[in-house]
Amino acid sequence: MADSLTSEVNRLSGESVELCYHCHKCAAGCPVVNAMDYGPDRVLRMVTLDQRDQVLRSRDIWLCAGCYTCATRCPNDIDIAAVMDALRHMAVAADCPAGESDAALFHRLFLRVVQVWGRSHEAALLGLFKLLSRVPLRDDVGAGIGLFVRGKVPILPERSRAAAEVRRIFQRSR
Amino acid sequence: MSYTFYPGCSLHSTGVEYGASTRAVFRHLGLELNELPDWNCCGASSAHALSHALALTLPARNLALAQAAGHDLVIPCAACFSRTKSVDHVLRTDLRARAEIETAVGFRFTGEIAIRPVLAVLDEDYGSRRIAAQVKRPLNGLKVVTYYGCLLVRPPDVAQFDDPDDPHVMAELLRAVGADVKPWSYATECCGGSLSLSRSDIVYGLVGRLVERAREAGAQALVTACPLCQVNLEMRQTGDRKMPAFYFTELLGLAFGLPEAQKWWGKHLIDPRPVLRSAGLLL
Repeated sequence: MADSLTSEVNRLSGESVELCYHCHKCAAGCPVVNAMDYGPDRVLRMVTLDQRDQVLRSRDIWLCAGCYTCATRCPNDIDIAAVMDALRHMAVAADCPAGESDAALFHRLFLRVVQVWGRSHEAALLGLFKLLSRVPLRDDVGAGIGLFVRGKVPILPERSRAAAEVRRIFQRSR
Repeated sequence: MSYTFYPGCSLHSTGVEYGASTRAVFRHLGLELNELPDWNCCGASSAHALSHALALTLPARNLALAQAAGHDLVIPCAACFSRTKSVDHVLRTDLRARAEIETAVGFRFTGEIAIRPVLAVLDEDYGSRRIAAQVKRPLNGLKVVTYYGCLLVRPPDVAQFDDPDDPHVMAELLRAVGADVKPWSYATECCGGSLSLSRSDIVYGLVGRLVERAREAGAQALVTACPLCQVNLEMRQTGDRKMPAFYFTELLGLAFGLPEAQKWWGKHLIDPRPVLRSAGLLL
């Protein structure tokens, strides 16, 4: 029999999601709960109910801002942000369509840029994101120009010895 | 005192004034900062969103370089600090993960150096009393609230810095240089930085509420210790009455009377000079 979702999530996250008794402190403190479909405590419940598809396809796991407010306040010491990380990793491994495609796209592009140059390169990252995301092209043009004229978006990426070593780390970190 | 400095990607781009002001303040106080040579990106929120392994190995390479350099590693960006400190935490507490990280990165962890935010170094190694003794132009009349965001203090067992519910270190440093730091309850509320590009609609709401609460508290400006928070706070405000977000190091530099401080204000997306002028702090 395949692993239950609970044991898989617990193994990946190092947490025990079944300890949740639904006090809703996580949901009350979550900065993005209003935009979520379920909210953090219901995501935990769906995990224990083995609702794999709904959880891995939900926008909630991609909307989590990783602020650790839930993890800090949980009376049962569940690091819910770590659970959200584990669920994202599972969604990626299972090739699930991301419930928030632009959030997932941003993370993928960011890592790709780091894989190539060893460091972030805002001009490339922002340009690629604007082209590939569903965010309207005209959005943030003003802010982008504002940053550029203040000398804050170098056109050329930084070169350092880090790039080659980081590529090796990417190969060894599959 | 000597430290190794990990600027992170932001301080070479959107947060240049944070880097410039941090270096200027350290130089003025006689604290030596040496940039970590050949540092790489820590992976920020994207690595830990997508890959457990990369979230550990990317910061671990920087940690290995810093360990070889032999001094405490000072990290100005809250996200870089959090990622690097959590790898340090794993290396100290999880022997199996430690062996895997050491193999992937090619080093042996000794645990001899500490990973520290800029705020911690100034507070613990220099101290607000000695900072106060350096003041040439007290920031009297400048009304601010301190904004920590998430990752300087959370998760508390990893960050091990300040009080995660009611942090006070930044306020102490700013009061030492004469600023009027207003109490408020939103110092550690998330500004949504990691969603700033993909879901700006959510982030406008989060930033708008923070600015509204800061204004209610009587502040003219926010003060941050994170380049991701700072750019997000200044980029995601709407309306005519915008509130600038200073780096705390900029305000220390201003109070110390450093002439280069005049170069920092023009780097902001929201010009802070009107606020400084109204407090009589611009020449």
